[in-house]
Parts: sequence; C-alpha cells; structure tokens
Amino acid sequence: MAYSEKVIDHYSNPKNVGTLDKSKTNVGTGLVGAPECGDVMRLQIEVDDSTGLITDAKFKTFGCGSAIASSSLATEWLKGKSVDEAMKIDNMTIVEELNLPPVKIHCSVLAEDAIKAAVNDYRVKNGLPELKFEESVIH
Amino acid sequence: MLKFPIYLDHNATTPCDPRVVDAMVPYFTNNFGNAASRNHPFGWQAEEAVDYAREQVAKLIGADPKEIIFTSGATEADNLAIKGVYEMYASKGNHVITCNIEHKAVLDTCKHIEKEGGEVTYLKVKDNGLIDLAELEAAIKPTTILIAIMYANNEIGTVMPMKEISAIAKKHGVLVFSDAVQAVGKIPVDVNKDGIDLMAFTAHKMYGPKGVGALYVRRKNPRVKVTAQMDGGGHERGMRSGTLNVPGIVGFGKACELCLTEMEEETARVSKLRDKLQTELLKVEESYLNGDINHKLPHVTNISFKYVEGEGLMMGFNKNIAVSSGSACTSASLEPSYVLKALGLGDDLAHSSLRFGLGRFTTEDQIDYTIAQVTETVNKLREMSPLWEMFKEGIDMNSIEWAHH
Repeated sequence: MAYSEKVIDHYSNPKNVGTLDKSKTNVGTGLVGAPECGDVMRLQIEVDDSTGLITDAKFKTFGCGSAIASSSLATEWLKGKSVDEAMKIDNMTIVEELNLPPVKIHCSVLAEDAIKAAVNDYRVKNGLPELKFEESVIH
Repeated sequence: MLKFPIYLDHNATTPCDPRVVDAMVPYFTNNFGNAASRNHPFGWQAEEAVDYAREQVAKLIGADPKEIIFTSGATEADNLAIKGVYEMYASKGNHVITCNIEHKAVLDTCKHIEKEGGEVTYLKVKDNGLIDLAELEAAIKPTTILIAIMYANNEIGTVMPMKEISAIAKKHGVLVFSDAVQAVGKIPVDVNKDGIDLMAFTAHKMYGPKGVGALYVRRKNPRVKVTAQMDGGGHERGMRSGTLNVPGIVGFGKACELCLTEMEEETARVSKLRDKLQTELLKVEESYLNGDINHKLPHVTNISFKYVEGEGLMMGFNKNIAVSSGSACTSASLEPSYVLKALGLGDDLAHSSLRFGLGRFTTEDQIDYTIAQVTETVNKLREMSPLWEMFKEGIDMNSIEWAHH
C-alpha cells in the first residue's frame, strides 16, 4: 500500500510535535487509543482565556504513518480556531485531506476523538460541563 | 556505492540466482516438451531434465529422488501432506498434533480437517518460540496419526528440535511432517538424520523460481502414502496430478544444487552480517530480541523496539530498505502477529517488531546503512511517542486506563 504525498510529508516533517504544560488551567490534554491497539495519540491545546481561541496545539503519537499524519494535521487545523470550532472538526475531513485508504480511517477517528478529549479536558478544568458525544462509527 | 532499495526480506521470498535462470531458459523455448510425453524426443528431453532436477532436490535433503513429489509450492505441499495423511490413515486415527506458530498454510489446513471431523491439538510454544517436548509426548494418543511441526519459523527464525520431535514420534508410531520452507537450503536438513516422514519446501525461498515446490514422502521405514488432493493424469506416482512445470523444476533443481555446494560458505558470511546487525540494533535502548538466540536460522533476526510502532517505523526507511513487521497495520486484520503473541509478547511489543531476513546478495555496506537508518528512525519516532515520554518520566503504563478501540 502506497502512502499519499501528504501523509509522507506530515510523517517526514511533522508539525507541532511536543508537550504543553498540562498543569496549566488553559491547557487541555486528550490521550486516546491504547498501546495494544498499536495507536496512542496525545493531543494538547492551549487556549487564550480572553478570546477563547486556541493559540497553540501539540501532539505526540505512537502509531503508523497515517496516525502520525492525522495528528500532525489536526494540530495545524486547531491553531487559531475557537474551542467550539475545534469540536466541529470531522474525521472525514482528515480522511479527504490526507487521502487515507479505508483501512486507515480509524487513524482519523482517533484524531477526532483526541481533539474532543482535549477540549473536554479544557472544559472540565475551567468548570464547564463535559460534552457528550455519540460513539464514532468505526471503533 | 549502495544501490537502493536494499532487500532484507528474504523470508518472504528470494531473488532468482542468475545461474538458476540460465538453467531454466532453454526449457521455455527449445526444450518445451511435456515430461509425460513418452513417445518422442521432446518428451524424453523434458523427462530427463525433471529426473536430473529430482536428483538435485533429493540430494539437498538426503532423500531418494523417488521420494520427491513436485507441487506448485509449499502451500500445496502442506495441504497434500496433512489432508493426504488424514485421508489415507483414517482407519488408524484422526488426531493431528501441530503448534500455534505454524504457517497459515498448515494452521488453516488443520482447521479444514477439524471441519471434516478430525481432531487437532495446537501445542503452545514457550517464550523462546520452541515447543515443549514433554507436552508433545503427553499430547499423543492412540488416535494420533501425524505430528506437524515446522522446521524453522518464518517470522522469528527459530529452529525446532526436529530430531527430538521425531524420536518421540517414532516411539509412538506416529508420522512426522515438517514445513521446512525456511530451513531447506539455509541449514543442513537431512530427512533421515532428522527422522522426518513428510516435508514441504519451496524453490522461491532458496533463490529458485516462484510457483514450484515439493513434498518429500518417505518410501521406506516406514513407507508413507498420501491421498491425492488433485485428480487427473496420475503424475508424480499418482500423488499429484498435473503437467509438470518443467522450467520451474529445472530451476528448483539448480537452486538446490547451489544451496548444497555453497551453504557452508554462505552461512558463515551471512551469519556474521546478521550477528552484526542484531548486536548493533540490540544496543538501542529498550530493544528486545524475539525468539531463542541459540536456535535460530543464520540469516534472520526479529527485534522489537518498544514504544514505536512497526509500520510507522518502516515508513521511515522503506523507500530504501525492505523489511517486514509483525505490526497489525501491515495486515488487513489489524491484529498483530499471532506468532509474536504466541511467544507471550504483549501486543505493544508485537506491534513494535521488525523482521530482518538477510540473503545471498546482502553486503556489509547494506547492513551498516540499515543499522544507521533503523537506529535513527527509532530515535526520531520516540521523540514523538507519548509512550516513550511516559516511560522516560517513569509513569507505569499499566496504571493508565486506555480507551480501547
């Protein structure tokens, strides 16, 4: 199976690899996946409290090239978005952007889940209720 | 100068040796006869070529040429051996013993005979990839007709104690079949010294062409018979009908001859390179060798690099280096290798494994390049691995509640 150019580019030059200080109240952390499943994604957002905009996003991912590319792309998209807009990122948009084959759709689902988990972590830290989601289709 | 890509996946297949191709070519064009045409020179020529190849093949495994049944490959030979014995010896019993790290061609054939009413015991291998001989003996019952244990494993390269296995089988009057695809041509295999009654092997794993293999079927002490699985013209002593693949068989014969004459020298050279690769890669922090280090094919190593995922790892260099991984992502099933899991490896380590298969044309430059590339990619991916970060911070990963997908 050949990878798309975009997957290769994100894999070779991943954007926003790193760690934000999770003890800060304006940092939300999402950790999804499991080592046994071969994919673990940690995605973090830093939010400007006054504007509600995401000023920084970082990831670290254990997984295949598509998982790394999905999380790298997600962090790029998150920056500059509001927290509410972030919640609207759909896994299929990631699939289309990276041209992921069907067997790799779960990587995009994982990235979407990581975004939601990071936002929820931020919300809970700031006294907001946790948002509930319907289960994503592919698990 | 290094030429890319570098091929280190010789357990999957090998290139044809040019000397093998040279031997084959005339049998596509001028000497195209059907080996079963008994009445004219075209047929005689083909038959003669097949007879010669049969001798070359038999010699490599210490067999008599009459004991070689040519097939389309090892999968067919595995099927013929297991189904053939199961049907032929039905009056004696219906129980087969195998192990849980066999190739799918053996495991799925065993599943097939279970559906037919047969009984199969799947022995679990120990952590080192070898079966427990006491467990094997304990599994034998009055209805046991066959023990099917691979000579060497395709993923981890471990070599099973065939002599000990066949001694136990002999004691209880049970036949021994071995899928020896990975071993024949690489290490000395002798059906008499090893006490093997049936054995499958194939040309394309030993620098011969694809599409041709053989089943060794013992003719004396005891005389073994298998029920044919293909009906037709009664070729190969009635055990495998179908026009013989003459060019393929000629190539197979030549490949066997080369393996026999060059084995000692080649093993010495390749095992030195393998040892270098293995030693250097095991210097990488948190890397683990899979399979018993003392019972291994000379050209294979399988290593897990904890906290990085195999497919992601391969992507770092697979434009230039061809290897294989036990990671789930390389298969459609999303399940990591059943062989590695059978060794008791956690899924995390199974996902993190790479198999390196060296070969006849592997050079030291290629190995040096591979050591450097793999090490660099492991380090790079660990920098972006959340698991590596946790490990470095001393976080117990078992304490985390993972969301299982």
